[in-house]
Parts: sequence; C-alpha cells; structure tokens
Amino acid sequence: MSDSSNPFAYRRAPSQDRREASHHPIVIAGAGPVGLVLALDLAKKGQRSVVLDKRTSLSDGSRAICWAKRTLEIMGRLGLADDLIAKGVTWKTGKVFHREAEVFAFDLLPEAGHQRPAFINLQQFYFEAACVAAAAKTDLIDLRWGHEMTGLDARPDGVRLTVTTPDGADDLTAGWLVATDGARSFVRQSLGLGFIGQTFDDQFLICDIKMKSARPTERWFWFDPPFNPGRSALLHRQADDVWRLDFQIGPDADRTEATKPENVAARVRAMLGPVDFTFEWISCYRFQCRRLEHFRHGRVVFAGDAAHQVSPFGARGGNSGVQDADNLGWKLDLVLRALAPEALIDSYAQERQQAADENILNSTRATDFIAPKGAGATRFRDAVLELAGTHPFARRLLNSGRLSLPATYDGSPLNTVDAFSPGAAPNVRPGAPAADAPDGIAPEGNAWLLPQLGDRFTVLAVAAPNAKLPTEFDSPPRSTNGGSINGVPVRWRTAHAPEALQRYGAVDGIAVYLIRPDQHIAARWRSFDGAEITHAIDRATARA
Amino acid sequence: MPLKTQPNLADPDAVYQLIVAAHHGLSADDSAALNARLVLLLANHIGDATVIQDAVRAATTSPPPPVRPSN
Repeated sequence: MSDSSNPFAYRRAPSQDRREASHHPIVIAGAGPVGLVLALDLAKKGQRSVVLDKRTSLSDGSRAICWAKRTLEIMGRLGLADDLIAKGVTWKTGKVFHREAEVFAFDLLPEAGHQRPAFINLQQFYFEAACVAAAAKTDLIDLRWGHEMTGLDARPDGVRLTVTTPDGADDLTAGWLVATDGARSFVRQSLGLGFIGQTFDDQFLICDIKMKSARPTERWFWFDPPFNPGRSALLHRQADDVWRLDFQIGPDADRTEATKPENVAARVRAMLGPVDFTFEWISCYRFQCRRLEHFRHGRVVFAGDAAHQVSPFGARGGNSGVQDADNLGWKLDLVLRALAPEALIDSYAQERQQAADENILNSTRATDFIAPKGAGATRFRDAVLELAGTHPFARRLLNSGRLSLPATYDGSPLNTVDAFSPGAAPNVRPGAPAADAPDGIAPEGNAWLLPQLGDRFTVLAVAAPNAKLPTEFDSPPRSTNGGSINGVPVRWRTAHAPEALQRYGAVDGIAVYLIRPDQHIAARWRSFDGAEITHAIDRATARA
Repeated sequence: MPLKTQPNLADPDAVYQLIVAAHHGLSADDSAALNARLVLLLANHIGDATVIQDAVRAATTSPPPPVRPSN
C-alpha cells in the first residue's frame, strides 16, 4: 500500500504494532486547511499533535479560493504567507454588474500601510500543500493519511478513537480531539449533534477553467446577465490561469444535466465568448448557513466546516475556519501546560460561536439578496439594482457577498474593561484583532508591526519616539523576548510609527495594549500599570 | 426620534395625489416595483433604523389587518 514518492500515501503508524492504545495529548480529525493550520500553530508552540485523514491526496477541485488579509496575517505568523502570496493572485477590487452595465466597484483595502493585501486567490489544494510541506519540517506533527476514524468514545477526561487503516484497526486515546473534518464531520455525527440554521434551495454550478486571458484580477459579479437571465454569475481569477465561474441555476435544475461538460461549456461561451479553455473542475452545490449550538463538548472541540457552514459568497468559510484554529491553538497550548484552566477552551467556543453568528448573518443576508425568497423580496432586490445605477445610496445596499473580515470578540470573558474613553480608536478595542502598521524602527529587519505581536502575550506601548516609557520597554526596543507574568510568557514591544500612533489612538499620549497570542487585543490603558497588566493576563487566560 | 404618526404634511392632499399619480396607468407589477424604489429612497432619506423599524411595525400591524397570503 505504501508509496514513498507520494507524501499523501498511507503509512503504517508505529503505534499500530502495539497491543494497547497509544495516547496523544491532541488528535486532530481532518487534514484540511483548518486542521493543518492548527497543527502548525501547536507545533510552533512546542505541542505535538496527530492529524488523521482518510484521504490519500489533497482536495480535488479548487474549493476555497479567496484568502483574506486576516488569514494571511495568521499564515504570516506561521511563516507561510509570503509563499502563499507569491503563488496566489492578489486582488482588492470587486465589480458588480446588472444586466450588461457595471453599477458598482468596490476597493477592499483603501488604506495604505498594511503588510498583507486585502485578498489573494489561491486554490485550496495549494494552501493545503504549503501546510503539508511545513508540517513535514517538524517532528511534532504526525500526519497520518489513509487513517480513517471509524469509532469514537468521548469521555470527560479524553477520547478513545478507533482508526481504520489498510492494515486494520488502530486504537488511540487523546486528551483532546479537535474535529476539523469538514461539513460531513464524522465526529459530529458520532456525537449525534445537529445544526441550527437554515438551508437554501437554490443550486449553483461551479466550474474552474484554465484559459489565457488579459482580464483584470478582479471579482466580477453579475445580477441578471444576458448569459444567465434572471440569475447571478461570478467570475474570479486564481493561480495558474485558472478562473472560477459560478452560475446560479435555480432550485429545480437537473444537476446531472447541468454538470455535463458540453452543457457547462455552452454556459462558459455564453459568458466569455469564443474563448479557448479546458475544465479543471465542475461541481454543483446547494448551501447552508448554520452552526453547531456548542463548539465544545467536553474534550471534543469543533472548528471549521465541522462546526459552521456558510454560503461561499463572502469567502467566510475557509477564512473563518483558519481564524478558529488561530483562536484555539494558544488556548490548547496554555491548558496543556497547566497555565490555564479548561475554561479557557470554553472561551474558544464562545468567541468563535459569536464569530460564526456574524459570518452566518452576513452570508444569509448576501444569499437573500442574490437568491431572494418570494415576490416581495425579489421586487426590493430589483429595485436596489435599478436605483444603483444613478443613486449612490443604493450601491451600499447591493450585496454580492460581504467579504470576510475578522471578528471582534466584543463581550468576551477574556477582555478587560476598556480604559479608553468611549469611541476612542474603536477598531482596536478589546476583542478586536490588532491593526498592522509600517513600523519605522526595525532592528530585526522587520518593517511591520503585526509580525512582532503573535505567538505569546505581548505588552505593546504605542507612543511618540520621545515619550518616557517604563524600563520594561527599554532599549534596544523589541529585543526582550524573555519574561513571564504569573508563568505566562510575555514580551514587550513598542511602536512609534505615525500610522501606529493614529491606528492605536496614541497621537496625544501613550497607549498600552495587552495583545493575545492570536494577535487579538485583550486590554488597553492610557498609562502603564504592572498590576493592571497582571490582572488582565489572568483574565485573558481564564484564571480570573 | 420616534416615528411621527401625527399629521406632518403641510398639504396632505397634494402629497397623496403625487404618489397616486405616479402609479397611474401602471400594471400591478410595475406599481409594486415603483413602490419598492420609493420605499428604498425614503428609507435612505430617513436614515434612522429605529424610525424605519417603527414604520414597518406600524404598516404591518395597523388595523385593518392585512390579508395574509396562504403561502
């Protein structure tokens, strides 16, 4: 069965030769983007994981293609963003057409001074391949292809797993099981958990074609185009001259007929004219906007599509899954090191359930605009399209998908009460992801702020270059990697760039931020107070 | 600001006539489409979600109750 030239080939695990079950602190079910990102993040923190996947290959078809700025920042923390960006195509402009006329163009990152672009498009299998290659460089990740989970016994203190392989069954026990095994999650089905939310009747035909084209790298979305009357269509470029086409085909379309290559080819030519192309992938889908009620069930934690699903319009599936992993990794690490109680994992569930609700809300709204339910809804949608050509207000109502933005964990139990006055620097309030900025002082050759903030807790002072700061921040700036507060590793950083002062509300004085290992803000103050920082760290680790 | 339901038009007959005249000669479909555009234009002008919420509530609960379609 083994094929040494194929990195995804089944390999026998050493534990299969033992009679008793082997024990692992963390088992991750599913080697898609979410499971792989989690494994990489855990490995970066020194934590071992076993990743199980029944497949012996990467995903077929391009599936997720749009990776948002926040995902790229997370992948930057893991050291993979530059490769992904180099391989993908960068874009930030979207255009919306009604019938044959362009009615609206939007720019997703109008503000300069961020390291990462608004979006790249890159086929999911390239994203996965980059993660697999990175995982192969550490012996902390035990990636087992061809190992299918077939039995699960969840207990209060861990999980017993039966894994089926070509060599027979293998028994494992795990302290924690993270289910990143996708929309049809075996783990979810084993626990008998259902979704809350809604499903949609409309069908969409998706195809990836390879063609040489001078078209711009922009997201084009049509309502009621001549080539798909009364319905919608999407065109989006990916790497390798591959283009994503997506046609709304209605609830009653015959899926078998619709996906026949000759029928899809006719649609492609109606859309793009007499172009030369080859098919990479054809699929047909319906979608759901729904989630599990609880993302944590004892020692089983759900992330990605296994936990929540949205429509593709808005790129909120893959991106939110990566943010799940980003939120969970540091929490599992601290719990396994006995630096935080298990309640910290409850905060994962709370924060990411809230994020899923935000994504589901946005996705449902977009879906209701793209495929209106009923005559009344259709009238209003059409009215927006008609008004958008001449009235700017209506362009803001046009909804071809509100593209993925990171969630702010307002109300999280990990947040410390905001010490800024109401409305001050709201984009970096407690719970928000830290904002990037070009940072002027770069002794480490790093010109950006965000890469200095991840992986452990960071106390960041944002202040004018001549401001008086406590000795913890003393020169050389940013060189102090050591140190801990109540056992939790903490580093000290300063930022002085004008963009940092402006984005962090420090134009008129110093601002002190406590930033979590996932680069989200836990607390902020107008002055430095060691006791406050200690208390905020206790709170952000669910110890207080 | 709450939704004004006390008289607020200087010349109510003229405004009523204005709206009705816009629908003159339209099919039911075109009339419904016109209303949808009107609602959106006016909603944007009002610019206050609570007022619009109040108006939606008033329009859907005012007596006599609307006949609900069976679908």
